[in-house]
Amino acid sequence: MDVEILARIQFAFTVAFHYIYPPLSIGLGLLMVIFEGLFLYSKNSEYERLARFYTKIFGLTFGIGVATGIVMEFEFGTNWAVYSKYVGDVFGSALAAEGIFAFAMESGFLGLLLFGWNRVKPWVHFIATLMVLIGSMFSAVWIVVANSWQQTPTGYHIVGEGMNARAEITDFWAMVFNPSSVDRLLHVWNGSFLAGAFLVLSISAFYLIKGRHVEISKKAFKIALTVAATFSLLQAFSGHSSANVVATHQPAKLAALEGQYEDSDDAGIMIVGWVNQKEQKTVGIEIPSMLHFLTHKERGTEIIKGLNSFPEDQRPTAINAIFQFYHIMVGIGFTLIGLSLAAIFFWWRGKLFEQKWLLRIFVLSAILPQIANQFGWFAAEMGRQPWVVYGLLRTSDALSEAVTAEQVLFSLILFFVVYLFLFLLFVYLLNKKIQHGPEPPAQKEYSDTKRNIKGIIA
Amino acid sequence: METELSYFMGIDYPTLWFLVIGAVFAGYAILDGFDLGAGSIHLFLKKDQSRRIALNAIGPVWDGNEVWLVIAGGALFAGFPVAYASLFSAFYILFMLFLVLLIFRAIAIEFRSKEKMKWWRQFWDVSYFIASNSLSFLLGVIVGNLMIGLPLDERGNLVGSWLQLLNPYALLMGATILALFVMHGIIYLLLKTEGRLYAKLRILLRRAVILFLLAFAAASTYGLLNYPKLSDDLQNSVVFWLLPLLGIIAILSIPAWIKRRKFSVAFMASATGIALMLGVLAFELYPVLLYSTIDSANHINVYNAAASQKSLGIMLGFAALGTPLILGYTAFVFYTFRGKVQLDENSY
Repeated sequence: MDVEILARIQFAFTVAFHYIYPPLSIGLGLLMVIFEGLFLYSKNSEYERLARFYTKIFGLTFGIGVATGIVMEFEFGTNWAVYSKYVGDVFGSALAAEGIFAFAMESGFLGLLLFGWNRVKPWVHFIATLMVLIGSMFSAVWIVVANSWQQTPTGYHIVGEGMNARAEITDFWAMVFNPSSVDRLLHVWNGSFLAGAFLVLSISAFYLIKGRHVEISKKAFKIALTVAATFSLLQAFSGHSSANVVATHQPAKLAALEGQYEDSDDAGIMIVGWVNQKEQKTVGIEIPSMLHFLTHKERGTEIIKGLNSFPEDQRPTAINAIFQFYHIMVGIGFTLIGLSLAAIFFWWRGKLFEQKWLLRIFVLSAILPQIANQFGWFAAEMGRQPWVVYGLLRTSDALSEAVTAEQVLFSLILFFVVYLFLFLLFVYLLNKKIQHGPEPPAQKEYSDTKRNIKGIIA
Repeated sequence: METELSYFMGIDYPTLWFLVIGAVFAGYAILDGFDLGAGSIHLFLKKDQSRRIALNAIGPVWDGNEVWLVIAGGALFAGFPVAYASLFSAFYILFMLFLVLLIFRAIAIEFRSKEKMKWWRQFWDVSYFIASNSLSFLLGVIVGNLMIGLPLDERGNLVGSWLQLLNPYALLMGATILALFVMHGIIYLLLKTEGRLYAKLRILLRRAVILFLLAFAAASTYGLLNYPKLSDDLQNSVVFWLLPLLGIIAILSIPAWIKRRKFSVAFMASATGIALMLGVLAFELYPVLLYSTIDSANHINVYNAAASQKSLGIMLGFAALGTPLILGYTAFVFYTFRGKVQLDENSY
């Protein structure tokens, strides 16, 4: 295998693994802020128990998120040196802003959040939790801005030629608010809230079925359900808006997402389908004219370009994969809406917690936003190919010249082994935390006495 | 291509950014330095309770400390993309090992006390110990190579095998930085502990100081004898006498402060020692960032590696805004968890 393929696999693998965790941190962060806020407001200690319980799970996800996050920052330089030189001036300022404003904030307050329960007043702790949430959402801002700039570059000019060409920033705010950044940021935030909400739903549903921690699980379920319903509905609008940006700015990607090879003046969308790349045909269940409708184009006069309208070296190649990733993401999005609305319906009828079948589905549902988040990114990044910066820099030109295939293979295997181990540990410890459950209410009494021996045995 | 430089208070932007990065790296070395140092003596603490106290001494702060490395890396990427690209691809294998060790350190701290089984805790204790030691050592190896330069071609790519990065001088610097961090970490733990653990740490500290002095002497001697680049500096500038001398004085004063139980002053002294050592590196390099041993035309310096003046200006603004914030909440967290470690149900 050549360096390019190995370096791409390594980056994809390390970033995909990393991306299991930050959305959970953001989503759980939101739920924790709500729990703690309700505790401050109502003084009902059940909310505090929930906040403390989910803090333990949050600690697990956050730790792995931070540890695996530094990897990408290094990989830009180690594996993609030419890319780093090319985009450094633009991308670098976003990354620097991320470090200075976001990472320092979340990691600084994390210590208070995890260990400060008995050290600071409840409202100070609430502020710390809020700051960690804001910090982690702010991290998403800068990283999505940087990635969106790669999709729809603006606010730059190119200096130098050939191998020495690089993008220089001309307008910072035009770079930050490039055409796709706001839509994609909202999409990422929504996806993160859903990841957190469905994890809480899943854990709460599990307890309800088992008849453990019933009262607080009902509370947690209703709160998480409200969050899930709100953001799954918003996510549909956000996704629509995001797809429209793709239609305007990355037409070759749109054609790949829909598996459309020929130009069309009346394009539909596929619900499910299969792209036959050899025969350049996509078969499946289609809603006619829908793509023209969604992208606000007039049927019969305006053309939506198919893949064949783009030179072969300017369009992605893995069309079926992109198509499937995209469609599975959309399908999951609608499934989440359906699940949330079904639960809200039974809640309204006052029979929510009697629907064991529905609770069973919710136990498994935590995996769905995770898959959607992953596949959405796969579609976005694979759809951008063959460019690393859309229309400007090819992925194949972006590699480090000094790094050999053997070196990358070594590090890829290393990461694979370590991450596999890490993932198994995560699942094991997550399961253990869930099995252990929230601390019993009595905990409050001895948590106030700092030197109590019982407290030492965590 | 000549670019018009921008200035702030008479200093050009690339130089200012060099100072910013230097300050962030020094911040990282001082802050994560004590985490790493504390981890490096982990297996010398025999009792489970002692190990837990040592872990929880850094518990609420190590993650925030590690972020300084993220900021430093981001600042290098942003301000000097050419140097970042060249450095990171040249050190490919070492940086990959560094990353994996960093991951192991993080999860060892997190996961160690989550189970009571003996083998579980022993596994994480050993991982934590190895990772902490190796990370400090690798940082020293990188510093050593920066001091003596790298064989970089005209495109800034490393010529030859990565194994040359493990040269004797770099290895000796690895030992020096490791000993320096161990000393620094023990002083931090002294601030945080009491009783028998405290007595044990004082013995370890004495050994660490001696180890540091030996490693430093060995590295300096080897460097001065084998690299004219380093010995010339000594003749050309008083700075290369002054900084190491002050550093050694600061470190030699530590046992006296400890004896008087002035741990905070001792901690300040070792922090000063670390900062001065990095100061030597900064003076050795500036205005060069990566010194090419092949041809001085291949040097990557703050001017030919810099991002645009506009970009540097934006980031200097970020740094000016961000620094008080970061210092503010870092201070708040350290203040909240001041004093001796108390274990509670939220502890590691």
